[in-house]
This record gives sequence, structure tokens and C-alpha cells, in this order.
Amino acid sequence: MTIIDWISGALGVFGGFFVLVGGIGALRMPDVYTRLHASSLTDTLGSLCILGALMLQAGLSLATLKLAAILIFLLFTSPVSSYALGNAALLSGYEPRQLRTLEREKRP
Amino acid sequence: MTGILSGFILSLAVLTALGAMRARNLFASVMLMGIFSLLMAAEFLLLDAPDVALTEAAVGAGISTVLLLSALALTGEEEKPQPRPPWIGLAAVIIVTAIVFYAVKDKPMLGDPNTPVQTHVAAEYFPMTREFVDIPNVVTAVLASFRGYDTLGEVIVVLTAAIGVLFLIGPEAPVGRKSPPTLRQASEGLKHHQPVRIVGKIAIPFILLFALYVQFHGEYSPGGGFQAGALFAAAIILYGLLEGRPAAASIIPTRILRIMAAGGALIYGGVGVVTLVLGGNFLEYTVLNDDPVVAQQFGIIVIEAGVGITVAGVLLAIYHAFAARGET
Repeated sequence: MTIIDWISGALGVFGGFFVLVGGIGALRMPDVYTRLHASSLTDTLGSLCILGALMLQAGLSLATLKLAAILIFLLFTSPVSSYALGNAALLSGYEPRQLRTLEREKRP
Repeated sequence: MTGILSGFILSLAVLTALGAMRARNLFASVMLMGIFSLLMAAEFLLLDAPDVALTEAAVGAGISTVLLLSALALTGEEEKPQPRPPWIGLAAVIIVTAIVFYAVKDKPMLGDPNTPVQTHVAAEYFPMTREFVDIPNVVTAVLASFRGYDTLGEVIVVLTAAIGVLFLIGPEAPVGRKSPPTLRQASEGLKHHQPVRIVGKIAIPFILLFALYVQFHGEYSPGGGFQAGALFAAAIILYGLLEGRPAAASIIPTRILRIMAAGGALIYGGVGVVTLVLGGNFLEYTVLNDDPVVAQQFGIIVIEAGVGITVAGVLLAIYHAFAARGET
């Protein structure tokens, strides 16, 4: 085990942890927006870490270049797809849950 | 390891399919079917069939999802409740499932070298590819040269599908009908959503470039006309989703799309006629050049181009036919 193996292993575990947390969050959170919040942020960071780990394993090769291309693609598209999803939810009339409970409390 | 991964993917696929059937909301069903296609693409990749995987990912997960969504925008979001329990359908499904399970017993093991699939013609295709066509991707050689006649049939099927759809729902928007407000967005696109537009526009050139790579690199790596046509159409459809369908129609007008759909098939069939005129058999490329290997490669490139043009034209024509219904 070289030092690179250790770093890449740690990155892989980090990435897996974030993806797992995101998955739990998407299942456990109460409404669309909090679920989206839980899954989108961790997803981006998690895939970043995992791809970083794979790049360290691949070393200086064509595979690293391809992984880097995938990384850049995910960095661009993953947050934007979350944005589009949240926007679509707002447009189709889903209100954030907290707003709903607040309004209910205001009413006598 | 591959077995575990494959089992995991297939179980997920079964769960997704069940979810798609159970969902009352049709949008959810369509999305689950897209996920199902993506899982199947991953499974094909595990089975060392990257050409099929590429097609499944581009057509199954990408374009058919868009087409189904635009069809749903015309009809409705919720499934209609069934008047009575579908007993006949249930019985049919149970019987067919039992037959399939019974037949699985006779299925040879994956990779068994003594099955007819391995011993019949496949064993000859590999040396034949090296001798007559001399390209690394045997799939392309089989698809475009040895089985060129079958592929011509597939292209005609794709063209016929487009003709059928255009006959049913018409190439142009119906006149004098008000569109429901949900459809307004289909024609206007996402003009007010800057992040989506900007990132989408960054992605489109790369998708087009990748489509061209898949088209013209199909002899060396997985890919070919079908996949490239689907990718090309996906890029234009993405532009249509971002900027509205009329903007996409101004890039390639629907009139030209219809010419593309028919023209690609015409190129394919035309190569066959040219080989006939030059004294060979139908689609026997060897007569196209003095060097038979070069002739084979030339013929494959030309007919793959025809396939790509037809597929792109057909998919875009169907997309326009659906999306144009939403415009007033």
C-alpha cells in the first residue's frame, strides 16, 4: 500500500459515505425540497470523491483523462438537474412544508 | 464479482418495472421506465455488449422518455381507474410467466461454447471479419456487411414507424385549437431558467461532437449509425427543450427532416443498387473498389451514414410531431 492507495481509499470511503447519507436523507426527509437538498449536495460531493479516488488509482493514463471529463460533466449537470427539479416542483404548486405549517399556526 | 453486480442490477430492474406498473401517476411511470432502460444498458455493458448498451441508453433512456413525456403532455397525468379487475390479463400473464420459467430450464449457461449461438455462424464471422473487412469491431462488420440486408430492413422499419406516426398525428400543429396551459412550456422552452439554459448550451456541442465520433469511429469502437443518429437527435431535442420547439425547427426544418428520414434509407438502398449495376450481388460492397477490403470499408461507412441520417431524421420528425400539437 503506497500513500496514493491510502488517499484514494479514504476518498472512496468519503464518497460512499456521502452518497449513503444522501440516500438516507432522500428517504427520510419530509417534503420535496428537503429531500432534494439532502440528495443533491451529497450526490455532487460524493461522486466527486469517488471519481477522485478512481483517478488516483488509474494514475497518469487515458482512463484518468476520461474520468476527469466525466467529473467536469457531473460538476456542470448534477446541480443544474437538481435546480430544474426544484423549480418544476415549485411551478407545479408544491409548497415547502414549513411554510404550510407556519400558515396553519397563524390561522386561529 | 460481475455476477453479483449483474444480479444487483437485474433485481433493481425488476423492482423498477414493478414500480412503473404500480404507479398511478403516469409521469412517475415514464421516469421509472427510463431508469429501467438505464439499468438494462448497464447490464448489457456487463455482458460485453457495448454497442447494444449505447443504443439502449440513447434511445431507451433518452429519446423514448422525451417522446413519452411529450405524449403525456397531450393526454393526462393520471391513469384512468379500471372499471373491473383485469382477470383475463392476469391469467394471461401468469400462464406466460409459467411457460417462460419452464423454458428457462432448457436455456444453456451463459458463455457455454457448445450452444448453436457460438458454433453456428458466429465462429465464422470472426475470421471472416479479419479476412474480408479488416476492422476491429466485429459487430459493425456483421451488422453492416455480412448482415447488411437485415439492417436495411431495420432502417425501413424505422422509416415506416415515422410515416405511421406522422399519418396519425400529423406533421403540423392543428389549426384553431387552444392548447392547455401545461403545454405552453413545451413550446416556449425554459427561457426563464438561466442555469439550465447555460449548462444545456455548453453540453450541446459536446453531444454533437460525440455523435459524430460514434458515427465515424464505429468500425473501431462501439457505435454506428443507429447510436449516432439517436445522439444527434438528442442534442437537437435538448435545444428544443431549452429554447422552445420553434427554435429547434429553425435549425432543421421539418421539411428537411422528412427528406433526411427518407434520404438515409435511399442512400442505403442506393448502395445496394450501385453494387448490382457494377456486377455484384445486392449490397456486395467488394465491387465498389479494386481492393475488396477497402471497398468493404467504404461501403460500410456509406451505409452507416445512411442509417444515421434516417434515425436522426425520424426521431426528430416524431419529436416535432408531438411537441407541435401543444402550440396554438
